[in-house]
Amino acid sequence: MKLNDGTFSSQDEVEIIAERICRIIDRKWRIMEVCGGQTRSIVKYNVEALLPPQIELVHGPGCPVCVTPSVVIDDAVSLVKNRGVTLLTFGDMMRVPDSGGKPLSDYRAGGNSVKIIYSPLDALDFAAADTGREFVILAVGFETTAPLYAFAITEARKRKIRNLSFLSSLYTVPAAIGAIASDSESRIDGILAAGHVCSITGEREYEILSRKINKPVVITGFEPADIMLGIYVCLKLLQCGMATSKNAYRRAVAKEGNIKARQIMYEVFESCDSVWHGIGLIPESGLRLKKEYEQFDAAKRFSLKTAKMDDKNRFICPAGEIMQGKMQAGQCKYFGKQCTPETPLGAAMITAEGVCSILYNYSSVKYGKAAVIR
Amino acid sequence: MKLPLGCNIPEMEKGKITMAHGNGGVLTQRLIEEVFAANFDNAYLSELNDGAVLPWSNGNLAMTSDSFVVNPLFFPGGNIGELAVNGIINDLLCCGAVPMFMSASFIIEEGFEISKLNVIASSMAKVAKDNGMYIVTGDTKVVERGKCDGTYISGCGIGNVLHGVSLSPKNIKCGDAVIVTAPIAEHGISILTSREGLGFEGKIQSDTASLKTMITNLLFNVPDIRAIRDATRGGVATVLNEIAEASDKTIIIDEEAVPINKNAAAAAALLGLDPLYVANEGVMVIILPMERAAEALSALKRDRHGKDAAIVGEVMDDGEGEVYIKTIIGTERILPTLANEQFPRIC
Repeated sequence: MKLNDGTFSSQDEVEIIAERICRIIDRKWRIMEVCGGQTRSIVKYNVEALLPPQIELVHGPGCPVCVTPSVVIDDAVSLVKNRGVTLLTFGDMMRVPDSGGKPLSDYRAGGNSVKIIYSPLDALDFAAADTGREFVILAVGFETTAPLYAFAITEARKRKIRNLSFLSSLYTVPAAIGAIASDSESRIDGILAAGHVCSITGEREYEILSRKINKPVVITGFEPADIMLGIYVCLKLLQCGMATSKNAYRRAVAKEGNIKARQIMYEVFESCDSVWHGIGLIPESGLRLKKEYEQFDAAKRFSLKTAKMDDKNRFICPAGEIMQGKMQAGQCKYFGKQCTPETPLGAAMITAEGVCSILYNYSSVKYGKAAVIR
Repeated sequence: MKLPLGCNIPEMEKGKITMAHGNGGVLTQRLIEEVFAANFDNAYLSELNDGAVLPWSNGNLAMTSDSFVVNPLFFPGGNIGELAVNGIINDLLCCGAVPMFMSASFIIEEGFEISKLNVIASSMAKVAKDNGMYIVTGDTKVVERGKCDGTYISGCGIGNVLHGVSLSPKNIKCGDAVIVTAPIAEHGISILTSREGLGFEGKIQSDTASLKTMITNLLFNVPDIRAIRDATRGGVATVLNEIAEASDKTIIIDEEAVPINKNAAAAAALLGLDPLYVANEGVMVIILPMERAAEALSALKRDRHGKDAAIVGEVMDDGEGEVYIKTIIGTERILPTLANEQFPRIC
């Protein structure tokens, strides 16, 4: 079964790159793949089984659902419970618990109005069809999703839709990588940057980042061979001591990125300091609605506390530590015991891009045995 | 499958039903075991198969029950009526039975167009007729507008178990082959994309089909078939896990060998869904001795629903009832039952 058109994930290609990696490696390195989609590929294809033992992969914070603070879910819950709004959200958010441990799906089962959408643009039609009701989009995501929200907001303004607003928890990735890579406890040597985010941002931000953190950053895709190639390029830079950025995903990431998407994103949003769940406040790592679009800001419309974000849940679930490379999922005392996909303590055990759910579902960590059987 | 008798309905009683209780994964399994099987417990139920095999004066009878709640009711490749009859036929086939009779009960939403109901009923009649089955009894209930989604159909099927055929995961032996009869994930992806208007319409159709001709031909021509399972809800991966658990064997499959069409694979990759967990309505998983596999494949391939049938794996050894997958890059990992619904990804 080929999960794509098979152009870049064959066993031969992967083995050739693996062989080169094994040939040049001469010491231990810790490389962080930023994106949850990459983590999923690494674990699903058991890429680590092909790597020499000197390479340790750290699964980074690139899961937007995982880094959304519980207080945002609390706000969403209070809107549907107390203010009678219809909450619109991507399916992945349905299972994320509020700070009381209860997910949105439970509130929906209890009769509250929560709907799954597949694109922010769907929300416009919902709102236009029922003007007597307030609709709020729980807008979660990175640079990949933010332009879509921005487009939906400009469309809502054009169509004079007044009963739709955004409860937003949008993040920009480079600042977070910078913060983690500069944290000595994380001991990260090199970074694999997320190809689809870079397809929006372009290469420049990552060149700046690489200089700032003084570590190599390699833009990488999601197929097993993309990831192996990313690791190989990163390894070459590491072993020559070159703190620079390289694009190993040229077939999808243009040097200048997607200018149009960035234009619309920054037409509607501006950069702000943001709290990442389990990690803390990171300067200039989030997006908020600009003043001229604040009529669409649910926090303002409903006077929510989101503006003063804290992060209540982090003391229970150590996923933040895991996503910063300070701890491994298997070392978490709750992993696979109190915390499973059925009874998650945090979002990382829930979503398809969450490190704990990936490891629980696709690896042998929970079984306590070697990942590979022969 | 072990019934946790004596351990009485612990967590389950506290919670509420969520969508994940209906997806065929761990929560569905627990709901069945802890609420229904624990209460209804008896020898015929305890295999928790697609249907039950019952002793009868002349051989064995198979009986199955199924409910259909698909949204949209009309989807690329079929409608809820065809789905219901095909589903019941296929469940009976998994018991090694020739479908004979079925019931059809309708729960209909106030305001639902009778013309649509007529289309649904006539397509059910056609499928039943084509398969030599009679819809012999039924029921109709109407609920207030908003209390159901158009119409739900629930049915019970009865079939005659073929003489000398005994299908059960308990028959499975080490070295047996695993066959998947058709490209996977078509139904689930077609339903999702047509319901949500994701723009793949027409490119991916539900595979809903009666597999009667294919499976009865197989059972007539190839001896020693151990077990057949309908890979519906939860997909091929979930069914394999159920087989592995029920037989206490380890199964390993080769990802590259699993049949999937290009459009379904591309849509699944785009949406971030793992096709091995996506529902099918015309795909069987068959376990049989390896030395019969070639013979079985050629029998299956004679039928249009089995032309892409492939040997995808092997029963390895007595073990802990787990499933492993050899990935497309040659590595191996565990292939578990998913605990939760798969949702399309955010980024």
